[in-house]
Amino acid sequence: MLETKMKTDQILDIREVCRSFPKANGNELVVLDKVDLAIKSGEIVGMLGRSGSGKSTLLRIIAGLIKPSSGAAECRGEPINGPPRGVAMVFQSFALFPWLTVMENVEFGLEAQGVPSAEQEKRAQAAIDLIGLGGFESAYPKELSGGMRQRVGFARALVVHPDLLLMDEPFSALDVLTAETLRTDLIDLWVEGRLPIKSVLIVTHNIEEAVLMCDRILVLSSNPGRVATEIKVDLKHPRNRLDPTFRQLVDSIYARMTQRSDNRSANIEGIPGTGIGMVLSPISTNLLSGLMEAVAGAPYNGHADLPDLAGRLQLEADEIFHMGEALQLLRFAQLSEGDLTLTDAGKTFATMETETRKRLFAEHLVTYVPIIGLIKRVLDERPTHRAPAARFVNELEDYMSADYAEGTLKTVVSWSRYAELFSYDEQAETFSLEEAA
Amino acid sequence: MAFNKFSPPALNRDWVPNIWDAFGLILVIGAIVLIAHGAKGTVAPLSALDLAPVTLDPWNLPEYALRTTLRMLLAIVCSLIFTLLYGTLAAKSRRAELILVPILDILQSVPILGFLTFTVVFFLGLFPGQVLGAELAAVFAIFTSQAWNMTFSFYQSLRNLPKDLEEAAASFRLSSWQKFWRLDVPFSMPGLVWNTMMSMSGGWFFVVASEAITVGDTTFNLPGIGAYVALAIKQQNLPAIGYAVLAMLIVILLYDQLLFRPLVAWADKFRFEQTASAEAPSSWVLDLFRRTRALRRVTETLAGMAATTTKLPIPRVRLSGVTLPHLISSRTMDWLWIAVVFAGTAFAGWKIINYVGTTLKFTDLTEATWLGFITLARVVVLMIIATIIWVPIGVWIGMRPKLAQAIQPLAQFLAAFPANIAFPAAVVLIVHYKLNADVWLSPLMILGTQWYILFNVIAGASAFPSDLKEAASSFHVKGWRWWRHVILPGIFPYYVTGAITASGGSWNASIVAEVASWGDTKLTAVGLGSYIANATEAGDFPRVVLGIAVMCVYVSLFNRLFWRPLYAYGERKFRLG
Repeated sequence: MLETKMKTDQILDIREVCRSFPKANGNELVVLDKVDLAIKSGEIVGMLGRSGSGKSTLLRIIAGLIKPSSGAAECRGEPINGPPRGVAMVFQSFALFPWLTVMENVEFGLEAQGVPSAEQEKRAQAAIDLIGLGGFESAYPKELSGGMRQRVGFARALVVHPDLLLMDEPFSALDVLTAETLRTDLIDLWVEGRLPIKSVLIVTHNIEEAVLMCDRILVLSSNPGRVATEIKVDLKHPRNRLDPTFRQLVDSIYARMTQRSDNRSANIEGIPGTGIGMVLSPISTNLLSGLMEAVAGAPYNGHADLPDLAGRLQLEADEIFHMGEALQLLRFAQLSEGDLTLTDAGKTFATMETETRKRLFAEHLVTYVPIIGLIKRVLDERPTHRAPAARFVNELEDYMSADYAEGTLKTVVSWSRYAELFSYDEQAETFSLEEAA
Repeated sequence: MAFNKFSPPALNRDWVPNIWDAFGLILVIGAIVLIAHGAKGTVAPLSALDLAPVTLDPWNLPEYALRTTLRMLLAIVCSLIFTLLYGTLAAKSRRAELILVPILDILQSVPILGFLTFTVVFFLGLFPGQVLGAELAAVFAIFTSQAWNMTFSFYQSLRNLPKDLEEAAASFRLSSWQKFWRLDVPFSMPGLVWNTMMSMSGGWFFVVASEAITVGDTTFNLPGIGAYVALAIKQQNLPAIGYAVLAMLIVILLYDQLLFRPLVAWADKFRFEQTASAEAPSSWVLDLFRRTRALRRVTETLAGMAATTTKLPIPRVRLSGVTLPHLISSRTMDWLWIAVVFAGTAFAGWKIINYVGTTLKFTDLTEATWLGFITLARVVVLMIIATIIWVPIGVWIGMRPKLAQAIQPLAQFLAAFPANIAFPAAVVLIVHYKLNADVWLSPLMILGTQWYILFNVIAGASAFPSDLKEAASSFHVKGWRWWRHVILPGIFPYYVTGAITASGGSWNASIVAEVASWGDTKLTAVGLGSYIANATEAGDFPRVVLGIAVMCVYVSLFNRLFWRPLYAYGERKFRLG
């Protein structure tokens, strides 16, 4: 499948790289913890991880856009100090310049290298034809569909003939069909040896995508990001999603990503932080009850295989993980070995009417979500039954970044509004017990 | 383009005045004092100036119009260069930003017409005996009326560059110079073009005012429409005023059609959105131009040359400046920098006190403050009246798309028209009917600026989502309830945008509106504007400085304590979509 004459030389070498960001209270938030990664010529490496696993941060360290806090990062034997030569990037948001035509956008990558304009044109045209954009040279990005735009993104990266092509979730902004076409087109070109690149690093949270494309998959664990495991994929291209070996691999990765690991037994699996410092991601209560109903009903009857459930509900792996974890936190479900199992409370919830659901939800919120328990206690104790949100945000920011604190607060507000636990005045940014009942 | 909303730069910043604003104020006023101080000794006898006398012959008007227009063009080029340099410096250097942004903020609220006094004397001093000095003074006056909001817009665009594009530029290893032309400037283009257009609109007012100036005993006239009007006023020639108005209308129309329409239509491609906009602005000039072959060839050659320049891999220039040996840490540099700023401000403050203190007493300050209050009252009352008149009319027009398309350019056009040309007509009426100048001169302040309210309200009403309109009518929401719950919240952010421009313009206009003359008849309304105007005419520089400083403070506080919170409230609460 590979050109045999290609040397198996080392292109990227990352050793014990750490990265942390300062938090509001002066402490450091560790995003990456001692990550090792080596990429050789001729391989496609996938990096799978949840949000918060620092995979984008790692990608940006490799791209030379941010510096590691410690550790060594080398590209072709030279330390990475600013964007290295021979590395090009494809962005999730395409990052095309709206005021440049397709042709100009592709030539853009060559400009900084000082390539003469005649050759610029020749190479850009070649890349455009290769990626299937011929005829669109004079179009502006806004005239193109999402899939075509990302093709421009690919052409722009390919035209510089990089040794390493970095892809930051390149298909996640596209619809399912478009993404699949683009993926197979790329793999075909790669297998035929027509791509002017030596290796690929692709960051994704889509498990099937990783299994479909990569020779090697690194699974990152979250908070802080570490390489949890490495999986080799020996399947031949073109790979078939329905092939039993393929399915087995996908299932095993799902299982690994929902596995309980011993070093974090103290907290709820998957949800970063403990106690008050738990980071909650905003998931609507509609989705949560919808998921519980779906799992409670046929054909799952309270016990669902995650890949299957994700396929049926048309959800990304990452989304279903988040939802599953929220249910697990609230003790409505158990997440393990790639399965989602409803608890008794979860099953009861699915059969209840709206009002009783709300009461049960409220009960679980106060008992199992520490920050909500705290807010409720404070409101109960104060004679005015009011408290400014800032008081709790400050507390949250001792444990997490300001962004996460804001997201967590949003989740708290939305969940407790549904449960009618307490109300929140957005203008005054105050919690109160009024009208809650 | 006409329906786009660009928030005035003055609104987007934090509204709480902080210590740096005080620094900015002191530094700006200090600079004015220094110029005044330096200029005073070098006043050359203006009789030495060999100026062709302006005549009222209407056939001279095309030439006058041309010269006025050239001044405008020169000023806009200066403003652009200033914008690119100042905006970049402020956005890329943390230390420079600390002081440049507050200064810019204060400069925005300096009444330019008051400032004119010093600059005229200053430039005449630089080039004694030459027309060049007077010309430069006029160009500088226009520049000061245009540059600040353009710079602010550019600075803000630079601070809001999309992160992914910045990363793309960095990962493809573009140099600062390449990035500047490939990303910074294109991304800022729509806001910059819009603000340039607004600046031009405002500029006509000042070009007219700056062509005929009296400072102390000296008067000079630069050939131009403004000087023509001034002469017409002196000779009480009403038909001549009519000719001037007509000439101005034609000039603005040509300017709009030949320069700005094409520019706006062209700049549409820089709009940062990934979907094709529903209706792109168009310009017949640009279309015509794009269809010709020969002209295209010429521009393509020029564009190719420009592109080569912008693609030069000029290496990264460190803007944070002084590359002292690494003995001094970044933090120490910060402190040093702050110390320098402190010292500079202290020096400026001392200069101001020294300069103003020798001739003025505390009672002068209280007097100026009281007069400022009277002008404030005028502005507030006028704004209320203009709102009551133009909001319903604007909504009515905006609800009818066809009509809005026709009226919108007209309103923008009227906003560009220098109202000071039409002042004499009003003065004639006041003199004829022996009206109270304190009351009846006031409307002149808002004559030119009320249109901003109108065209912003039209834009808001046009942009109001039709599904909400349909929902309101299907639930039978009518009358006052419809105004209160449907349309007023919908247009609120647009209204505030227009109102702040109108209110700022009114303060400025007060300097020419509170004093008006017709031949030998001179009308004066009590207020800060007439205070500055009279002090200018008397050559009383300390009082002019005091007047400007007080007006600066009024305008700044009015913006910060009233308009910005209102704008923030509107953006938070009534933002659609």
